[in-house]
Amino acid sequence: MIPPTVSRSAARAVRPPGALVIEIEGVTKLYKMGTEIIHALRGVSLNIRRNEYLAIMGPSGSGKSTMMNMLGCLDTPTAGRYEFSGKNVAHMIDDELAEIRNREIGFVFQTFNLLPRSDALHNVELPLIYAGMSPHDRRERALLALNNVGLGDRIHHRPNELSGGQRQRVAIARALVNNPSIILADEPTGNLDSRTGEEIMALFEQLYEQGNTIIVVTHEEDIARHARRVVRLRDGLIESDGPID
Amino acid sequence: MLLNEILRMAFASLGVNKLRSMLTMAGITIGVFSVIGVMTTVSALRGSIESGLSFLGSNIFQFSKYPTGITNDGNSRRKIEARRNVTLAQAQRYQQLMEGVTDVVCLKAPYRDGPLQATYQNRKTEPGLNMIGTNEHFLAANQFTIDIGRNFNPEDIDLGRPITIIGANIVKKLFPSESPLGKLVKLGGRTYTVVGTFAEKGSTFGQSQDDMVIVPITRYLSDYGSANVSINIATEAPDQQHYNEAVDKAITAMRIVRGLKAGDDNDFEIYSNDSLIAAFAKVADAVRAGALVISGIALMAASVGIMNIMLVSVTERTKEIGIRKSIGARRQSILLQFLIEAVVISLAGGVAGIFLGVAAGNGLAVWMKAEIVFPWDWAAIGLIVCTVIGVGAGLYPAIKASRLDPIESLRFE
Ligand SMILES: Nc1ncnc2c1ncn2[C@@H]1O[C@H](COP(=O)(O)OP(=O)(O)OP(=O)(O)O)[C@@H](O)[C@H]1O
Ligand SMILES: [Mg+2]
Repeated sequence: MIPPTVSRSAARAVRPPGALVIEIEGVTKLYKMGTEIIHALRGVSLNIRRNEYLAIMGPSGSGKSTMMNMLGCLDTPTAGRYEFSGKNVAHMIDDELAEIRNREIGFVFQTFNLLPRSDALHNVELPLIYAGMSPHDRRERALLALNNVGLGDRIHHRPNELSGGQRQRVAIARALVNNPSIILADEPTGNLDSRTGEEIMALFEQLYEQGNTIIVVTHEEDIARHARRVVRLRDGLIESDGPID
Repeated sequence: MLLNEILRMAFASLGVNKLRSMLTMAGITIGVFSVIGVMTTVSALRGSIESGLSFLGSNIFQFSKYPTGITNDGNSRRKIEARRNVTLAQAQRYQQLMEGVTDVVCLKAPYRDGPLQATYQNRKTEPGLNMIGTNEHFLAANQFTIDIGRNFNPEDIDLGRPITIIGANIVKKLFPSESPLGKLVKLGGRTYTVVGTFAEKGSTFGQSQDDMVIVPITRYLSDYGSANVSINIATEAPDQQHYNEAVDKAITAMRIVRGLKAGDDNDFEIYSNDSLIAAFAKVADAVRAGALVISGIALMAASVGIMNIMLVSVTERTKEIGIRKSIGARRQSILLQFLIEAVVISLAGGVAGIFLGVAAGNGLAVWMKAEIVFPWDWAAIGLIVCTVIGVGAGLYPAIKASRLDPIESLRFE
C-alpha cells in the first residue's frame, strides 16, 4: 500500500486547471415511475476542467449518482447539453461512448458492480481486455493496480469471498487500471474504515498530482476536504459551487 | 477484442449452467446423431453391398419372377404376384436357346420351408442352413470354390442324383475328424451323399456363406416338390464386350420360353449387379431422405431451444452486460460473446452427435460385417449446419444483449 504522501494538515496546492473537459448546461433528468415523474436533476450547469479535484455532496436522493452516471457517459440527460472534450455526448453513438468509458474514465460505482463469478484479478483485467491489451501486459497491470489498493494477496478471491471494503478496493483498482485521465468515484470510501479510507484518498491525491481529474461523491465532510472544489446538490439543483472552505 | 478471449468467456459462462447447457446441446446432438448414424450405416452398407454383390461376378445377370426393389404401388405388385412361376422346363429351354451365346447358365431353386438342419449319425448342425437346388454352374456364378471332392456334372443334374456339396461350417460340425466325402447326410428328411465341400468363404451382410448346401436342382424339385417353386436363372456373358448383346439375346430367349407375344410386357425381372446396386441405392435414398427430414425437424426444435436458452441467459445476465458495457465493452464485443456461446452450444452438440452417430452407424456396420467408414462429407455438412443453427438461434438474443442500455442493465437485480 502506498503511504499517504500528503498529511491532512499540510497545505494542499491547487494545481492550475487545464482545458475544459466537462461542460454541462441546463441538464435535467426525469424518471417515470408509472404515472409519477421523478425529477432527479432539475437543470444543472457545471464546467469541469482537466486536473480539477471536485467533491460532489448533498443529501441522499439529491441526484449525486444520477449526475455521476451522466458525467461518466453511462446515462444521457433528458434535456440540456453535455459536452465531453468539446463533443456533444447526445450526438455520439454507443461505441464512441464505450470508447470514452474504456479509455478516458475510471468509474467507481457506489454499489461496486463487480462480476460475481470472476475473481478480483479478472474483474480488474476486464477494462484492459476490452481495450485489446495482450494477456501478459494486462495481467501485470492488473496485479499492480490490485497491489496499489492493498489487495495483492486476494487476487483469486471472488467478490463474495471478499469483505465490503475489499470489494470497494477491487472496484477502485478496476477504475484505475487503464490509467484513465478522469476518475469518477461514487462514495469510494463508503464501506471503508477511516484508515483505509484515508489511504484511498491519498491514492487519489497522488493521481491528482500526476495531472488527473478527480470527481468524488461523498457525504462525509472529511473526505470532501481532500478536494479542491465542492459542488453541493439539493433536490436536483446545484446549491453551491466553489473552492473548499 | 481477441476472439480467444470471447471464446474463453463463452466457455466460462456455459460452465456455470452445465446441466442446462448440456440439455440444450442434447437437442442438437440428437438431430445430428440421427442423420450421421443413418449416413454412416448407409455408406458402410453400400460399400459392403457393392463388394458383396460382386459374388455375382461382373458379367452376370439374373432372371427371376420377383423384382429386388420395393414396389409400393399396389397395382403393379398384384400384377407381379399374378405372374407364372419360372419352371424347370422353361429354364432348361432357355439354357438350350442360349447355347450359342454362353454355356454358363446357373439355375437356382432356394429352399424356403423354414429352418433347415443337417444331420450325420448323432451329430447335428444349427438350424438355419441355406439349401439351394442348382446345377454345375453354381460355383462359377456365385464364386464358390471346391475345397475337397468334386463339383456337380451335367450327368448328376440329368439323372437327379441324391448328392450334395456342403459348406465349411457344416463340415466342421458334422465331420470334425473324418472326411465327409461319400458320407450320407440328412437334409430336411432326405438323405444325400456328400461329393464335395466348399472352401471357406466368410460372410456377407451378417449371413455366413459357409452354411451353404447345394443339391442337383432336378433332385431338389422331386424331393421338395416343384409346385410353388420359381427358378432363378443366372447367366454369365462371355465377357464385358458381349454383355449387352448377351442380355438382349437372353431377354429374347426368355420371352420365347415364357410364350410372350410381341406386344406383351416381360413377365419376369432381369437384374444385374448394377440393377441390384441401383435398387439398393433407391432404398438408401429413401432412408437418407427420411433421416434428413427427421433430423431437420429435430434440429429445428433444437435451435428453438438454443434461442430460448440464450434469451433466458441474456435476461439473467443483464447486470453482467451492464457491468461490461459500463467499463467499455462495445456492442460488437457483447454481441460476439453471446453469439459465440450459441455457436459453441450448437457445435459441441453437433460434434457429440457426429461421434455418437459414427459410432452407432459403424456398430451396426460391424454387426452386419460391413467395413467401417467415416462419413467426412456428412460430418462437414453437419458442422456447417450446426454453425448456421448457432448463429441463427443466437443472433437475436445477442443483438438484444448488445443493445441493452448500460445504466438500466446495471440496475437490474
Ligand atoms: N432508475 C430510476 N428510476 C426512478 N427513480 C430514480 C432512478 N434512479 C434514481 N431515481 C431517483 O432519483 C433521485 C436521485 O437519485 P440518486 O441515486 O441520484 O441519489 P443520490 O444523491 O445518489 O443518493 P444517495 O446518496 O442515497 O446515493 C432519487 O429520488 C431516486 O429515487
Ligand atoms: Mg448515490
